[in-house]
Amino acid sequence: MLVYLTRRLTSLILSLAAASLVIFLVVEVAPGDPASYMLGINAQPDTVAALRAELGLDVPRWQRYLSWVTGMLSGDFGTSYTYRTPVSGMIADRLWVSLPLALYALTLSTLIALPAGIIAASRRGRAADVGVMAATQLGVAVPNFWFAMLLVLLFAIRLQIMPSGGFPGWEDPVQAMKALTLPAIALALPQAAILARVLRSSLIDALGEDYIRTARAKGLTRGQALWRHGLRNALIPVLTIIGLQFSFLLAGAIIIEQVFYLPGLGRLIFQSISQRDLIVVESVVMLLVFAVILVNFMTDLAYAIVDPRLRRRA
Amino acid sequence: MTGVLLDIQNLTIRAHGKPILNGISLPLKAGEITALTGESGSGKSMTALACMGLLPSVMDASGTIQFECQNLLEMPEKALTQVRGQQIGMIFQEPMTALNPLHTIGRQVAETIRIHAKPPNRAEEQARAVLRKVGLDMPLSRYPHELSGGQRQRVAIAMAIALRPALLIADEPTTALDVTTQAQILDLLKSLVKSEGMALMMITHDLAVVGEMADHIAVMQSGNIVEHAPTAELFARMRHPYTRALFDASWHKAQLPEAASGTPLLSVRGINRDYPLPRPRPFAKRPAFRAVNGVSLEINTGERVGLVGESGCGKSTLTRAILGLEPIQGGEITLNGEPVFTHGRPNRDVQRQMQVVFQDPYGSFNPRHRVSRLITEPFHLLNKPPVGAERERAIAEALTAVGLTPDDQHKHIHAFSGGQRQRIAIARALIIRPKLILFDEAVSALDVRVRATILDLMADLSREYGLTYLFISHDLGVVRSITDRVLVMQKGRIVEEGPTERVFDAPEHPYTQNLIAAAPRLPDIGDFHAA
Repeated sequence: MLVYLTRRLTSLILSLAAASLVIFLVVEVAPGDPASYMLGINAQPDTVAALRAELGLDVPRWQRYLSWVTGMLSGDFGTSYTYRTPVSGMIADRLWVSLPLALYALTLSTLIALPAGIIAASRRGRAADVGVMAATQLGVAVPNFWFAMLLVLLFAIRLQIMPSGGFPGWEDPVQAMKALTLPAIALALPQAAILARVLRSSLIDALGEDYIRTARAKGLTRGQALWRHGLRNALIPVLTIIGLQFSFLLAGAIIIEQVFYLPGLGRLIFQSISQRDLIVVESVVMLLVFAVILVNFMTDLAYAIVDPRLRRRA
Repeated sequence: MTGVLLDIQNLTIRAHGKPILNGISLPLKAGEITALTGESGSGKSMTALACMGLLPSVMDASGTIQFECQNLLEMPEKALTQVRGQQIGMIFQEPMTALNPLHTIGRQVAETIRIHAKPPNRAEEQARAVLRKVGLDMPLSRYPHELSGGQRQRVAIAMAIALRPALLIADEPTTALDVTTQAQILDLLKSLVKSEGMALMMITHDLAVVGEMADHIAVMQSGNIVEHAPTAELFARMRHPYTRALFDASWHKAQLPEAASGTPLLSVRGINRDYPLPRPRPFAKRPAFRAVNGVSLEINTGERVGLVGESGCGKSTLTRAILGLEPIQGGEITLNGEPVFTHGRPNRDVQRQMQVVFQDPYGSFNPRHRVSRLITEPFHLLNKPPVGAERERAIAEALTAVGLTPDDQHKHIHAFSGGQRQRIAIARALIIRPKLILFDEAVSALDVRVRATILDLMADLSREYGLTYLFISHDLGVVRSITDRVLVMQKGRIVEEGPTERVFDAPEHPYTQNLIAAAPRLPDIGDFHAA
């Protein structure tokens, strides 16, 4: 187990280092000089040069890379070109919206998908299965922003029990959760549909295995065999999907953030790109990469907890 | 009849209205072993599953299975779960997949006790005792993947007998195991029947196993019991022609022509094959597992050589190395004086002189291609593959040689039975007239009667084409009937080599002696007549 852990950790650190380099290079070679963009087309060359010096853009690239990386390690993400405020503060504010939203959506999606997948697999071919499969087909096909608009129409405009958008901040947790509920549902439904389908097919595979027959021969009922022997064996692909979905929810909620007017990471990155605020772009992308790699690491740990065979191997 | 524990009367099973069992009747008595034997598809396993109430849902059964004054076929599911595991235990063929890989063996054995016993305390302790009873003295915290096939089968047996059921059903319990392991498991089952007073329903296709184990034998053929008698009586009389056919096929010895004394063809000199293992610690040097260890062998033109050994001994790795499919870490392999590997790469000029026939007649063909395309696959190895009429002639000739017709080339592989598929595999190997053919467990998946015809085919081909082959198998009986010379492999080394008859009659190495002693033998009919 220790070997497994060290291996995973080593690969985590190496991936982060590689990712930081790639992000830096890509942002560097992207066309558009932030200084001249900020000053407009008619700026004097010496004004641009002065701004470049002020922003620290005149030093060699490798120096800027090093100071960026070392800064990040000590929690200093630099200063936004556009807003002239520390990037770390900007990210932290947005993270307080995006992270709870992602977790909220993931919890909802798992809570919907688990029972749906289990019911469908255990009643394979019967009405419940057909129903779940039809519903998930719809969930996969319909885009989440459309769900979002339907939810707003129903709960915010018709019933008026939920806010239609905006985020009041965490001073009042109840209001904050209320503001996140509709976006979380909109995000969760398509994810739940995918997850339920994966769980169903993985569970059907597991139920066809020899050890299920052995369990039945011991005197377990169908249900007992499913819960005790089928479910855990079906979990590995499900964990993979949950890991991928979390990464997606963290950064990919941009359309939903737009629909509900939430100040999340997705909108931050969109604004920064359009304003050539490279330092913010770099930092947010790095943060997202870190989140993805961390989630993968945790998924790997979850595999090892679920499956004893993986504890030995790499 | 007194003491009948389980009485199957007129059991009929249909799937989608098609009969699978046609009204069979079979009584089982406590303390006795009844064997169900017959070829695949004869209904043996369905009989067993019907007794457990575990038939697939598409099948429906009629008739009666009387067990302790109750008809199992009419018992509600809830009551059946009480019978399963508690009064009837069952073990299956595949020890590798029969255990849940995610639970410890202790937990899996204890589960049988926990779900039935009230109160379920002391289940761990009982599990430990049962595991010891089946000869497994190891911590309960082990996982199935840490155990060998034989050990896993012992765990499966422990789960089935934990609550001392009155009836144990064993469906091909040793088919997936090596001969020495098989002998141990069979001994264990026999002693359990004696010590626990159980009835054992033993399902096996292997007549030799049946003859050594069973008190009664029921021979099944396409859903019917064609003959049922005490073992000695059955072997002595063999009333039904099918029983005799099975028996003859199991005994079958192909008539090999005299081996021509040829020139040296294949020469393997001191080869090693290492597989890297995971590092014990990060940055430590990777240890290696030496699967083939300093193996040398020679095969002359026209010779038929056998290679026997238990699973994991390295025989398949050696085969793949000879074919140039596995890199070797030492030594040299030459065919006709030319090296199989030049500068670490397989040499195509040499590769095209060798062909292989694998075990699985179902998995080794692409189901979407027609036979003509399948059997001409080796043409890729030739610089100038035959085209047009010449290609047609080659296809027709290869198919005719293996007992099929040239018209069969237009069919897909699903149109053929297992035996026919293996004929097609041989045709595929023959079509470029290789100097050497490797048969890797080529008849192991076949029923005995089909196996006999394939062995005959190989003997015929030897006569006509003067084949040279290396026949790899774990089945000593088959190797004996189809080879001139035999090599015995253990843990990556060849421990004994010699003319087949000599090695089997007077083995010198202790490992060979063990192997031969462990192999179940068919009873000589003469023994029963004398008795």
